[in-house]
Amino acid sequence: MKINLLVNGALTLADAAPGLLALDWLREHRRLCGTKEGCKEGDCGACAIMLATSEPDGGVRVRPVTSCLVPFGELHGRGLITIEGLNVPGELNPAQRAMVEEGGAQCGFCTPGFIVSLCWYILYSTDPEPSLAGFRDAISGNLCRCTGYGSIFRAAERVVARFAAGGDLEGVWQAPDRVAALVERGAFPAWLAELPQRLTELRVGLEPAKPRSSEAGAPPIAIAGGTDLYVQRGEELPHVSVQMLNHRPSWSYIEVDEERVRIGGVTTFQDFAEHPEIQRMLPSILDTMELIASLPIRHRATLAGNLINASPIGDMTAYLLALGAQITLVDPQGQRREMPLEDLYLGYKTLDKRAEELVGQIAFPVVGADDHVAFEKVSKRRCLDIATVNAAVRVRLSSDGHTVQAARLAVGGVAPIPLLLREASAVMVGRRLDPNLLHQVLQAADGEVAPISDVRGSAAYKRLLARQLLLSALTDLFPRQLPLDEALGLVAPAGAAIGGRP
Amino acid sequence: MSRRHYDAVDHVRGTSQYIDDVPPPVGTLYATVVGSPQAKGSIRAIETAEARALPGVHAILRARDIPGQNQIGALLPDEELLASTEVAYIGHPVAVVVAESQELARRAAALVQVQVDPEPPIVDPREAFERGELIAPARTFACGDIDQGFSKADVVLRGTCEIAGQEHLYLETQRARAVPQEGGAIRVASSTQSPYAVQKAVARVLGLPNHRVEVDVRRLGGGFGGKEDQATAWACVAALAAHQLDRPVQIVLHRLEDLQMTGKRHPYSADYEIGLSSDGTILAYRAVLYQNSGARADLSTAVLERSLFHATNAYRVPNVQVTAACCRTNLQPHTAFRGFGGPQGMFVIEAALAHASDHLGIPRHVIQRRNLIREGDVTPYGQPMVRARGERCFDELAEAFDLEGMVSSVKAHNDQRGPTRRGLAVMPICFGISFTKTFLNQAGALLHVYGDGSVGLSTGGVEMGQGVNSKLRDIASQALGIRGERVRLESTNTTRVANMSPSAASATTDLNGNATLEAVRQVRGRLLALAAERLGAEVSRVDLIDEVVTLDGSPTDWSWTRLVSEAYFARVDLSAHGFYATPDLNFDTNTETGNPFAYHVWGASVFVAEVDVRRGTYTFEPICVVHDLGRSINPVVDIGQIEGGLAQGIGWMTLEELAYDDQGRLLSRALSTYKAPDGDFMPEVRARLIEDDNPGMPYGSKAVGEPPLMYGIGAYFALREAVRAFNPTARLPFHAPMTPERVLMGLYETEDPEDR
Repeated sequence: MKINLLVNGALTLADAAPGLLALDWLREHRRLCGTKEGCKEGDCGACAIMLATSEPDGGVRVRPVTSCLVPFGELHGRGLITIEGLNVPGELNPAQRAMVEEGGAQCGFCTPGFIVSLCWYILYSTDPEPSLAGFRDAISGNLCRCTGYGSIFRAAERVVARFAAGGDLEGVWQAPDRVAALVERGAFPAWLAELPQRLTELRVGLEPAKPRSSEAGAPPIAIAGGTDLYVQRGEELPHVSVQMLNHRPSWSYIEVDEERVRIGGVTTFQDFAEHPEIQRMLPSILDTMELIASLPIRHRATLAGNLINASPIGDMTAYLLALGAQITLVDPQGQRREMPLEDLYLGYKTLDKRAEELVGQIAFPVVGADDHVAFEKVSKRRCLDIATVNAAVRVRLSSDGHTVQAARLAVGGVAPIPLLLREASAVMVGRRLDPNLLHQVLQAADGEVAPISDVRGSAAYKRLLARQLLLSALTDLFPRQLPLDEALGLVAPAGAAIGGRP
Repeated sequence: MSRRHYDAVDHVRGTSQYIDDVPPPVGTLYATVVGSPQAKGSIRAIETAEARALPGVHAILRARDIPGQNQIGALLPDEELLASTEVAYIGHPVAVVVAESQELARRAAALVQVQVDPEPPIVDPREAFERGELIAPARTFACGDIDQGFSKADVVLRGTCEIAGQEHLYLETQRARAVPQEGGAIRVASSTQSPYAVQKAVARVLGLPNHRVEVDVRRLGGGFGGKEDQATAWACVAALAAHQLDRPVQIVLHRLEDLQMTGKRHPYSADYEIGLSSDGTILAYRAVLYQNSGARADLSTAVLERSLFHATNAYRVPNVQVTAACCRTNLQPHTAFRGFGGPQGMFVIEAALAHASDHLGIPRHVIQRRNLIREGDVTPYGQPMVRARGERCFDELAEAFDLEGMVSSVKAHNDQRGPTRRGLAVMPICFGISFTKTFLNQAGALLHVYGDGSVGLSTGGVEMGQGVNSKLRDIASQALGIRGERVRLESTNTTRVANMSPSAASATTDLNGNATLEAVRQVRGRLLALAAERLGAEVSRVDLIDEVVTLDGSPTDWSWTRLVSEAYFARVDLSAHGFYATPDLNFDTNTETGNPFAYHVWGASVFVAEVDVRRGTYTFEPICVVHDLGRSINPVVDIGQIEGGLAQGIGWMTLEELAYDDQGRLLSRALSTYKAPDGDFMPEVRARLIEDDNPGMPYGSKAVGEPPLMYGIGAYFALREAVRAFNPTARLPFHAPMTPERVLMGLYETEDPEDR
């Protein structure tokens, strides 16, 4: 496929297989070798780059991504920023300088990825002011095996100090055009200030990229975020016909009316979590996202992709099951089918969906004041890991807070499919919310789960964890109705040190 | 002294070059290794026709294509480069596919069918031990009278430990590039900690003398022991293919291949028996360590030796008997990993002390403090302890970080009976510095001063992030009396420094730094002699300080560059080779006694873990450390080693779980299933340094690479305490790592399953 893109600001005409990884294209075709291959599954961040796109509103958006999960074909009409594009001749940019001063680089292999992530935050974060917490989130997808991270955090603190009162970059963060202000101070290379202009120029009269016809006949593989597809079939995708769903901006939207929230299928996790209406309805969504995926993955992974991947431990799948999502499948002829999300899953990775159908829309009832939503996930590592078991609950209480009016409980990792706990949910409805009910819910749930032992944990552990996560979600949501001591009393072993049982 | 990392500017700009970042020579081919699909068995056939038929595939090489010896074993000759008839683990290399691109080579490799007549594999070291599958005879370190020790004890406790291995997870996977040279010679760029080991192995495999094999190492993207011996095979594969095809050949392992095919930290199974008086004084300690060595010797026998050396950690134990055996199993050949067997040996006695604490009702840290090694104590291997710092580190830790206050606040927290419980553990360390194979304690350095006053330094030290280049630059520039920027560290190359020891055992700066000092001494002596002559003074009156020659302490108008230029025209030799061998080392493996170590590194740390009693997840409070560092040459590098070592140690004890099935198949074979600490997980480290002189080492410095890793063992015991604060009856067998699964199962474990 022949495409036009910007590489560190330079207009570039390139020709490669659409399914080729941006990482491989950068290293092998362009010999931009500052971008490193560490894992090729989005789990280490050594290949971090930034991806600049023109938005429908005419603006430019720059996202941090892992180049090991971005298809070459998607780059048509877009801009890439690699580590090489962040170098100031004869100088170090603020992230680089701080990392040198604090010894944040040891073997150096992960370092360009960290620098890209740190620079993305400095250049493009929408935080009102820089913070260590913001930097920590920005490097949530970067692994380092040498430093133990202490020196990297100290480097981040140095950068924060430069933007703070009395620092040499005071006021720059809040400048109307922060990138231009940083460039003006010599902190970043000049071309970055021209990126929006150059991207606009690139897109004037841009024709859609023409795929090669060589694989005609075979139905194309649809790629949206690619965050799981490339992990599963990464070696295969450069050699087959692919369809770039991310070139359909009309499929990325969030609309909220009085009854329903409607979301386009290729909406990313990050766009979902950042939407003001979503944040209003689901106040813990940003904390939840921290558990679900690293920042660069959140900027790529799509809601529909998570559902279609059909992993029993899909985090957003459990979440959307609990929210009561309906999905709309669309085929190439425009035929639409709507169904409750739970009806999509027939068996392990088996869906009620034809190959040519795509998830066009996901919708769920608006979350009102009496609705209480929680998400729980335990994995080996809290962040940047796949769930061992996850759970999500949506419970509506009567206005006096005593009676359950509606409940949807979902768990992942304990069945061949993402599991809506129909019985445990049904047990709750119309009942007084108290420890006795919790006990019955946990018992019902225990009867519905059927975990297997695998690399993420033994069946016994997953069964126990499913119970504990439901208990955690409900006791955190309803501390008044379900006091912690009483809830633990239902499940703790004899002799455990819990309140009231010395 | 310096506050920078030598390579830092290139690292942050992305301009540091690793092997495959260097533009490949025209005509470079790419190799991939085909591994065995079975853990044990004989090769019946290798079907290659389908792979060969792919356009762009140049060759598929097998054992029979090796021109020299098919043998790469470093300590014992038991490891073929390519399995000829028998395979011994899943991923055991059997063939090499060479093609026009890496991607094509991998695609072709997937088409190669390796047919194996399978046999039941052994994955458990105790089973291997019972079947006599030992790589070398078991060894025993002993002192005192073990039976008498136990007979005097008030309590004798026995137990077992299961300690899992650990993946190195260097971010740069294994890789090498080989380029044929004239006259049948070959040049290999390898990501290895042991250039000489690679040189010897390539020479053996190709049937060449060592001098026809040049090995060059610019830097490693992390090593941690995983490239001490395990880099050799991949360098040999590239060299074999390059030699046979007369083309440059590169091999870069995919992460999944690296995880599947390369060896890891050794898992250990162990039995212990400890005898104490009722006040917690250790009287006798007996242990049997079953090392899961994997399928081939690799460095296992040396790793085992260090487990024996450190089996009593920082404690004085009058009567000891520790036996250890390398048990051959059908896993990857396990190998060096930061700590090199020491951590496993230490874990077992720390578990025994936890057991003793449970039984005696004495806090574990009180027992630990009571039994620390004192000045003049003799180790079970017969080395008298001099400059012992165990008690000092422990007491400074207790005082500086208010250990008793921490203990009370943990108790107060737990008494609140909220949603979390805390546990505290102290972890003292004592780690011997020197290669335990005495002959390896040697190093060479080649120093060139160029006519413009710039300096090039080559040593046997390999830069892998541990900062050896930073320290060597600091050592050389300080000793010469010039600015650090004048000194460039050259790549590590077998044509400039011969017969080099691996960069390992934390001793790289000690050895290569002292060799550098010797080279500097020679050149500086010649320069000062010339300066004295030109100034018409005795040599003893001249010096070179801050780039200026001084006479009787006062600056002269002879700058460094003027002096060097003058020396060149005066035909003074501006190059020197320095050599160093650590003095006074000896060890007798017949009696298992001697002075194997130049000195010991000491330290103490305290961990407070917090466990979520509903979810079984956990976090740690800032980790407090008092570490014995000697005089720091480069504090930025040293703090980085302490923090980084700790992170690996904590990871080993908590998240990092290597899961195998009973057929020896690695299940956690990707970064999506093998989890090392990330920034969110890693607690803050608060380190205080004990800085005093370490005689005989460069500028009084001490080695720093490995010892901090062993602090991480404290994480395990802090978690154990926290779980028991919730569920006092939890049995919690001594199985490491303490994953969230083990924690949750411990929190809700009932003695009688009916109780639940």
